[in-house]
Amino acid sequence: MRTVDAITITNTVKKLCIEANCFLSNDIKNCIRNAHIKEPWQQAKEILCHIMENYQIAEQKNQPVCQDTGVACVFLKIGQDVHITGDINEAINEGVRQGYRDGYLRKSVVADPLNRVNTGDNTPAMTYIELVPGDQIEITVAPKGFGSENMSRIAMLRPSDGLEGVKKFVKQTVFDAGPNPCPPIVVGVGIGGTFDKAAYLAKVALLRPVDRPNKAPFYAQLEKDLLEEINSLGIGPQGFGGKTTALAVNIEYFPTHIAGLPVAVNINCHVTRHKTEVI
Amino acid sequence: MAIKINTPLTKTTARGLKAGDSCLISGIIYTARDAAHKRLCELIAHNKPLPLDIKDSIIYYVGPTPAKPGEVIGSAGPTTSYRMDAYSPALISLGQTGMIGKGKRGPEVIEAMKKYGAVYFGAIGGCGALLSKCIKKAEVIAYDDLGAEAIRRLEVEDFPAVVVIDSEGNNLYEIGPANYLEKN
Repeated sequence: MRTVDAITITNTVKKLCIEANCFLSNDIKNCIRNAHIKEPWQQAKEILCHIMENYQIAEQKNQPVCQDTGVACVFLKIGQDVHITGDINEAINEGVRQGYRDGYLRKSVVADPLNRVNTGDNTPAMTYIELVPGDQIEITVAPKGFGSENMSRIAMLRPSDGLEGVKKFVKQTVFDAGPNPCPPIVVGVGIGGTFDKAAYLAKVALLRPVDRPNKAPFYAQLEKDLLEEINSLGIGPQGFGGKTTALAVNIEYFPTHIAGLPVAVNINCHVTRHKTEVI
Repeated sequence: MAIKINTPLTKTTARGLKAGDSCLISGIIYTARDAAHKRLCELIAHNKPLPLDIKDSIIYYVGPTPAKPGEVIGSAGPTTSYRMDAYSPALISLGQTGMIGKGKRGPEVIEAMKKYGAVYFGAIGGCGALLSKCIKKAEVIAYDDLGAEAIRRLEVEDFPAVVVIDSEGNNLYEIGPANYLEKN
């Protein structure tokens, strides 16, 4: 049994909040660069150019890439042989509080969804905790902006809707979103599970690097096919037309009920942010 | 070739802009998002004066990150405009001529734009760091309690924006993809 003090979690979450918001991961930067090279439409190419210029400025100035520094989605994989001293939820929220204060990040959380008063410190975090074998803690902070989140959708399809039904729903969601989620987008898809599990899978799908396909060949192919079909919609960067509507489609799947085919589409924009550290 | 626009944005200038025009905006623009728009419309409903000069004004839909010491403003890219759809027609009827945001607008907003002479500009979503460089001064003029959602008066220089919907209702979100698909 290994003991970890909650303060270590606070310090790590704080650091990851700031890093995730100011420094995009290499996989997404490479993806945007490649998209710029392959984009045939001139105005779309120029927008991708501005997008690259923007994240470079953010890096140089240690400034958020986007002003919507989002709700802090914090994912912890806690080894079963770890004992944490202190309140883990408070530790995570304190990390968010400090990160959003000292990192000059925006406070974008209201305490009550109907009586909307800002909490002032971007807490609470949206926390997802998983117990895994071992004695380490893997912490991922993935700030989630709501321009894209608001365009996300979920459907309880029939098993008879099948693969074509799933593809149709994903493409319809992207089409209906149009320019709103700041294309080019990253599409997280969750297939199977239950109503809530499918949505969780779609969000977890967004944590996977965009240059890493699903390990199952069937779903890897589906990711590729969907990306191609989405990029023939013509929506393009910022919805002004072009090839690059989506940078990637990531799918996660899970067993489900004999009567169900839940499908969730969690949309992210080109400012796809996540940083991970193992303590 | 970008069209240089100096505020205030008169209705004549607004009516002269066409969907797809690239513009560089200089002068004074105001910031407001849904919470501030709701308060403004409550003032309008009660015939009370507004905290900003609405005539020929441009409102930028943005909630910036806090400024670091020595900086004018933090990152400041556009928020999604459809959340302001319920409020924009009233402000346009009182003289607002420009809106800067990103994403689709509803039919009531477009009708008001056509009727009164107003334009909807798009700034590049997700480019908050780049856009903040065009903001030379920023001060909160109303609703400080809203934090990032307060109404700010910004002094901008060559702020890049594309006319997405013009005062005749031509819409780049329709024209752009259609053009691309026709040729590809």
